[in-house]
Amino acid sequence: MGPVPGPRPTRRRFLAGTGAAAAGLSLLPQAAFAGEEPRLNFYNWDTYIGETTLADFEALTGIAVRMDLYADNDELFARLRAGNPGYDVIVPTNDFVERMIAADMLMPLDHAAIPNMANIEPAFRDVAFDPGRRHSIPYMWGTMGIGYRKSRCDGVPDSWRWLYDSDRYSGRCALQSEAATVLGAAFKYMGHPLNTTDPEIVEAAERLIIAQKPHLKLFAPDNGQDLLLSGEVDLAMEWNGDILQAMEEDDDISYVVPREGSIVWEDALAIPRGAPHPENAHAFINFILEAEAGAAIAKAIHYATPNAAARALLPESYTRNPGIFPSAETLAACEPALYMGQEAARLYDTAWTRIRAA
Amino acid sequence: MTAKAGTGHRPDGKHGKRRESLSAGLAALGPGLWFLLFFLAPLAFVWVFSFGRQAGLVDIEIVWTLDNYLRALDPLYLDILLRSIRLAGLTAVISLVLGLPVAVGIAFAPARWKPALLLLVVLPFLTNLLIRTYALIAVLRSGGYVNAVLGWAAGGLGLPFEPLPLLYNDAAVVVGLVYVHMPFAVLPIYAALERMDRAPVEAALDLGASRLRAFWTVVMPAALPGLFAGAVLVFIPALGSYLTPDLLGGADSQMIANVIERQFKRANDWPFGAALSLLLIYAAFGALALGPALAARRRRMR
Repeated sequence: MGPVPGPRPTRRRFLAGTGAAAAGLSLLPQAAFAGEEPRLNFYNWDTYIGETTLADFEALTGIAVRMDLYADNDELFARLRAGNPGYDVIVPTNDFVERMIAADMLMPLDHAAIPNMANIEPAFRDVAFDPGRRHSIPYMWGTMGIGYRKSRCDGVPDSWRWLYDSDRYSGRCALQSEAATVLGAAFKYMGHPLNTTDPEIVEAAERLIIAQKPHLKLFAPDNGQDLLLSGEVDLAMEWNGDILQAMEEDDDISYVVPREGSIVWEDALAIPRGAPHPENAHAFINFILEAEAGAAIAKAIHYATPNAAARALLPESYTRNPGIFPSAETLAACEPALYMGQEAARLYDTAWTRIRAA
Repeated sequence: MTAKAGTGHRPDGKHGKRRESLSAGLAALGPGLWFLLFFLAPLAFVWVFSFGRQAGLVDIEIVWTLDNYLRALDPLYLDILLRSIRLAGLTAVISLVLGLPVAVGIAFAPARWKPALLLLVVLPFLTNLLIRTYALIAVLRSGGYVNAVLGWAAGGLGLPFEPLPLLYNDAAVVVGLVYVHMPFAVLPIYAALERMDRAPVEAALDLGASRLRAFWTVVMPAALPGLFAGAVLVFIPALGSYLTPDLLGGADSQMIANVIERQFKRANDWPFGAALSLLLIYAAFGALALGPALAARRRRMR
């Protein structure tokens, strides 16, 4: 089950191997062979890139991008765990950036090849999950919160209480179905840090959620926006980008980050070990960090961009949207999810199994 | 095993027998290889993993520990396993009850209709499971087709109407499992009836038996092997379902395969997931053994 052995045969290696280099060819400057084939394999989330981003990049550099899609971080991790099947750029979320660094699955970045890093807002240039940004470049960020149907709620449900500790919306609400996310918000509601691993607090959160279960319609497998749109529930714990897309379809839906604080996440561009085209990958990351390219992506997918130069190009309807950019006060109460190790993963999963079985 | 079964009823005679068993052995080579490559070899990995320990994020140390099994035998997981067996069993029973008339209908239909009818039974398999499950959500949800029709009917009669909670509960999970697995019940029953000699049915009817009586005393015994095969073919995949409870179930609708899936994904505990998987396989084998054992007891009691 170890990593796939050996580097792939690049064109340079191939030429060297055939003995063509032995003849006059070897007199040519090395640079003539140093370039990679003009290809790039991009492994991304669905609907998570600008409409013309890949074509623009190809027009500019001649590098053709092939994009594959994954549905969640677990899928990405599982796919790369036994060795990189040939991807050059991936987009893991912060806690998976952390896991992949710990498992030595990411290639260190050559910052000299990414001059557009200067466009990134200072707050994102150094982060706890990747000190010095040695392995990842911020792509988009957002929050976990409550999507709700305005006409069916009394005021703004701006507390986790309505989902975790109340019968006000009995039978009309849904939580997420991922253990750390659901437990994490419970920790915040109870006044603890998001990344708590104290077994007693985990148990208290477990009791809280079990007591709330009769009032929950379901633990939604990350489809809260669909449940809101179809009227199945009136409150759903969901990622902001998903609710923002639902808000475009239905004026009666809105989004709020609870005042107790929540999860702030960041998806980051990274180069997995064994990437066949690392130079192209650096060029691609640098291109995404350009102001125009970054603005086009943000405009298409409605997530918050960490790119200050791109943000300056975008209209107020985007930069002043509280669903995309929460207030500084709200944001101060939010924390990124961290990878807390194998023991914590087991603790969370066992608590989750008990919650679902209770 | 396969070779032995294949020679069981062959004509005797020393030379003939040897030649027969040789060719049967050769014939079994293909399935045997398949069995080895695609069943035993992957399962051996799972078996070895189940005695391991997750050391770090991607490494698994094989330390021949029984910890994973001890943890899997915790009442928490056994209860979930029992719950899953109940749901899968219910699915098998309903699939047989609904599948039997369909199979009888096809078996006794005019020969030129049969291919088309059989095609209709397997046609849903052309659509991906995920899409069929989402389609079921559109049918069953509060604003779905069933509730829309009921609401329209109630409106016509001037009755008050609250949408029925058809989705996000165990009943929805069983409906989903039956919907997906019923062809596995229909086909073996059909196969058993197709092989059946039709003369006794006609004899029974000619001698004055009612249609129901003829069905019960002549057709049903012939259908029994098909019913057993159908029950097993529905029960086993239903026991291992995780997508259906995930999408159609409510807050309580966790099946054992959901727990296993999490071990291979977010919980990242492959050894424990492997131990749970093997427990599930043993449970399935137990169910397989139970069928013939019950049949044997019935024969003895007669």
